[in-house]
Amino acid sequence: MRSHRLKILMVIVALAAVAIVVPNTGSFVILLVTRALAFSILVMSLDILLGYTGLASLGQAAYLGVGAYATAILATKYHFGLGWDFWLVLLIGILLGAALAAFFGLLAIRASGVYFLMITLALGQCVWGLAYRWNSLTGGDNGINLRERPKFGGIDLANELTFFFLVFAVFCASLALMYTLVRSPFGRSLAGIRERELRMQILGYNTWLHKYIAFIIAGAFGGLSGVLWAHTAGIVSPENVVLTTSVDALLMAVLGGAGTLVGGVIGTFIVFGLREFLSTLVPWWQYVLGVVYVATILYLPTGLMGIPERLRQKRAKPDNPDGAKKLASLHHAEKTT
Amino acid sequence: MQWQFWIIQTLNSVAFGGLLFLLSSGFSLIFGLMRIPNLAHGAFFMLGAYFGYSLLARGGNFWLVALVAGLGVGLLGIALERFVLRQISGNEQGQVLVTLGVSFIIADICLLAWTGDPMPLPAPQALRRPLIIAGYAFPTYRLVVLVIALVAAVGLYFLMERTRIGAMIRAGVDDMEMARGVGIPVSRLFTLVFLLGSTLAGIGGVLGGPILNAYPGLDADMLPLALIVVILGGAGSLLGAFVGSFAVGFLYNFGIALAPDLAYFVLFLPMVLVLVFLPQGLFGRVQL
Repeated sequence: MRSHRLKILMVIVALAAVAIVVPNTGSFVILLVTRALAFSILVMSLDILLGYTGLASLGQAAYLGVGAYATAILATKYHFGLGWDFWLVLLIGILLGAALAAFFGLLAIRASGVYFLMITLALGQCVWGLAYRWNSLTGGDNGINLRERPKFGGIDLANELTFFFLVFAVFCASLALMYTLVRSPFGRSLAGIRERELRMQILGYNTWLHKYIAFIIAGAFGGLSGVLWAHTAGIVSPENVVLTTSVDALLMAVLGGAGTLVGGVIGTFIVFGLREFLSTLVPWWQYVLGVVYVATILYLPTGLMGIPERLRQKRAKPDNPDGAKKLASLHHAEKTT
Repeated sequence: MQWQFWIIQTLNSVAFGGLLFLLSSGFSLIFGLMRIPNLAHGAFFMLGAYFGYSLLARGGNFWLVALVAGLGVGLLGIALERFVLRQISGNEQGQVLVTLGVSFIIADICLLAWTGDPMPLPAPQALRRPLIIAGYAFPTYRLVVLVIALVAAVGLYFLMERTRIGAMIRAGVDDMEMARGVGIPVSRLFTLVFLLGSTLAGIGGVLGGPILNAYPGLDADMLPLALIVVILGGAGSLLGAFVGSFAVGFLYNFGIALAPDLAYFVLFLPMVLVLVFLPQGLFGRVQL
């Protein structure tokens, strides 16, 4: 219990550090951090599925997409959401994400494992196809440019710093909400489903409903991150819904460590940072990222957050790592059958 | 004129369906046997097209080029299976993600090697002229692609149903543990199926080149179609891949021709229906 309190304290200290340090840096860093914060809400929402429920979704960008497109379309076509009604748009984004997830969940949740992954991928690509081809609504390949950010009361979000604090606040609220969720009895039963679904069914849990609700919650947070993303990037295009974005989110979660929420945030910051840093250095920066992804899955399956645990295990029994690996895979085989 | 439109679109659809079959039959077999969708399959298809482009630019014979490029991609498939997937056997989710990571790496390398411009692959000289029957013009090359796909389908059918290797693969698809138990070298079958599947995808890429061109993003365009074929037809089933490919070929082509805004979306509906009413797909052999 004490180590748990300690972890929360560490996260709060880290967040406070971000809130203090970032405003004192240049606008480049502020913008980068804002983008990463907005995107990491999506990554955390995916982690609820991947890390806590054991469902690897490859279509999570679709929820970011509906939120972002709704924001952009409302702002450009109806001039809605650029004043106080921005908060309404935030709500609309959440509801749309949840609604889309409620629909897709009906199709995808009945499958498990890689089949779930495949169905979510195909569903996500259908959303992409719609965004890409439905020119009159989505602007097709060019996407939609948002020319202005909301302005209400004395607050003008066009100011980078003000906007950073807004995104930061929404991020902190999301983190707290999701953390409460995964620590709740509901979250515990999700973890139970991840570990051994059959046993949970025998114990009387409606596992389908649990997974379905988790899927909808993840979609809602995805929609929320989409609204923020639209105003952060200033442009919404099919790029935001394409498979690559979903995969990015998934791999950020895996890189940081699935099932930790905070790990996903760290993964997001590393990838966003690496991308900015590498693209200024070398023209072939993308390959580095591809290799990072593959290497993470091959050599760091528990992610960065899992490193302390692995080190501890290694110290505990330094002999015969092969045996341990074999045992782990046996355990895995038992779980999947 | 109206008739010409329908005939041409139908022909385009079946030709596209044939290409999809070359792509998704291997995809489905790999899925059926190894229980993982090889998400690098679209990248293999694209790589085949690019290999084909470069070899053709050096003046190779079209059919020979298709074969060589296909085998080149096939070797890459073996490498992926042997050196990467095998390292994390048992961890299916990890395997899928790795194939996706590999597909990104392939896509980036293609972008570096062949730039971002679309590369047209020339069809064989003899097949460029349209075939004229009863006053209607038919695109010869597409007809030939269709015939090749049909030949491949028959060949695969015989391989799967009439040979010892095919019987072993089917046994592995239906019950892997049992297959291992009776002494079938399942691990070698994995490699073989990967070779077969990626070679077919590579050949499909070259054959598709004159119709689709080689361009960055070809992988991401083709992969979801292969997924939908397998969701419709059912994983691990050759017949399912066959029926699914032509169904998707028709829907996609007519979708583009009649409602370009919604072309992708037209595919969505049958997929949803199948998922709701026949979650295993039309001819699925693999239990979900």
